Amino acid sequence: MPILERDDAQIWRRRTTGQSLVRWFGWLLGVAIFVYCWQLISKSTTWFFVWDAPRIANDIWTRATPPKWGYITQLGRPIWDTLNIATLGTIIALFLAVPVAFLAARNTTPSALFIRPIALLVIVSTRSINSLIWALLLIAIIGPGVFAGVIAIAIRSIGFCAKLLYEAIEEIDHTQVEAITATGASRWQVMAYGIVPQILPAFAGIAVFRWDINIRESTVLGLVGAGGIGLQLSASLNVLAWPQVSLILIVILVAVMISEWVSAKVRGAII
Amino acid sequence: MSHRELDDMLGKGWRKPAFIKNPFLRWALLLGFFAYLVAAFKTIEVDWGRVYEGLDRGWAFVLAFTSPDFISRWSDIWSGLLESIVMTVAASVVGILISIPIGLGAARNIAPLPIYMICRGIVAISRALQEIIVAILLVAIFGFGPLAGFLTLSFATIGFLSKLLAEDIEAMDKVQAEAIKASGARWPQWINYGVQPQVMPRLVGLSMYRIDINFRESAILGLVGAGGIGATLNTAFDRYEYDTAAAILILIIGIVMALEYLSGIIRARVQ
Repeated sequence: MPILERDDAQIWRRRTTGQSLVRWFGWLLGVAIFVYCWQLISKSTTWFFVWDAPRIANDIWTRATPPKWGYITQLGRPIWDTLNIATLGTIIALFLAVPVAFLAARNTTPSALFIRPIALLVIVSTRSINSLIWALLLIAIIGPGVFAGVIAIAIRSIGFCAKLLYEAIEEIDHTQVEAITATGASRWQVMAYGIVPQILPAFAGIAVFRWDINIRESTVLGLVGAGGIGLQLSASLNVLAWPQVSLILIVILVAVMISEWVSAKVRGAII
Repeated sequence: MSHRELDDMLGKGWRKPAFIKNPFLRWALLLGFFAYLVAAFKTIEVDWGRVYEGLDRGWAFVLAFTSPDFISRWSDIWSGLLESIVMTVAASVVGILISIPIGLGAARNIAPLPIYMICRGIVAISRALQEIIVAILLVAIFGFGPLAGFLTLSFATIGFLSKLLAEDIEAMDKVQAEAIKASGARWPQWINYGVQPQVMPRLVGLSMYRIDINFRESAILGLVGAGGIGATLNTAFDRYEYDTAAAILILIIGIVMALEYLSGIIRARVQ
């Protein structure tokens, strides 16, 4: 324990002088990096607009209120599309994520040396790219529309679901698997009776959790042309129809809250 | 003697218990699900001719990953990437700093009811609005550039981190905090010695995770003009320069992987 001696008195210190110095320089470096970053941001900012911001915000607020409630009749179909993008995307993703997860889990992969790294690469690369970017790419490939949105959401969700699922598979109780194996079960029977019942609650939880996230993400996919309510949002923004924008934002907020409520209820029922 | 005959002799054979016990609920859910699927598929219009035409382009994009072009647009890529990183760092620092007091206020066991309600309100608003929608509004208010992106990411960080921090504080061990209080500590000392040591490992882990998310999100903010690599990526897609787009995506995946690896090391050290 580092102790400082001063005037024959011993004072307890938490760190030695060296440790304190290292920490001090660490903090200095951190602050310096932050200041540098802030300067870069500040350099590419038009400060006149920032000082003008309160007036602009007020202006937008007065334009956006009250929301154009009549417009809601035209939002039924986009909301239905958004729901479809999220739900179908989640279902496709789950179908693809299950094999990937089994290939990636250390205790079920057929080959830890060759197949596991490939499965992990699939998980990381699909997970680290946002669904909007996948949508951009798919629109260039298969054309704008709901279908591109479904595929974008599906690809983005594979990595997420597979990661959570393979962690659940790695955490299973091994004695149950051994018991099934001891009865002379084949590899598939071990899967079906030893592993699947243990991960089924986790699987259902992941599915609902991801569906909730996908509802949020699919509301904005339309901004790049991939269908759903985002199309209406971007159209309204382009013509500066602020009362419509505020109504769409309210609808999105309500949709997100409902999906969060549903997902919380279902997960509560499972666990 | 077959299995069936043996079952008949011995009584009813064992069957796997169903995941949903109530048969009525099970069949209703299944039927409803299929009805929904049929309805959803009917409303999705897929232009298979267009998809078929696009397959060539899709294949060209996959091929581009084998020969990514880092060089010809390197200055654009670099400035976009630097802006993304700068926004991530600055927004993470500011977001974490703000979310700590809000997280303290949103924990029911240490905050009085009025403060609790205010902080929970802030968290709920921040979580309900997606990054991209906040970015659209902030770009309209503050003008194009990384400042809007920085504010968006900070705002999103607050909702995420405060909520999880507050939940961790609510789940903490009361005995330690009480012991500090019994020694006559004032409120700041109580927080510093009774609460902070208990939640610090999780706070560090969550902060690292949030930095990771912030970087991923900063890659799409450019689509709506809030700075970062997204604008460069969008341009690359629009011009069908798949090799440049592939290079950007590889860089994003690489940085996300590096961040995940780093956060894994840091989390393992603090826990």
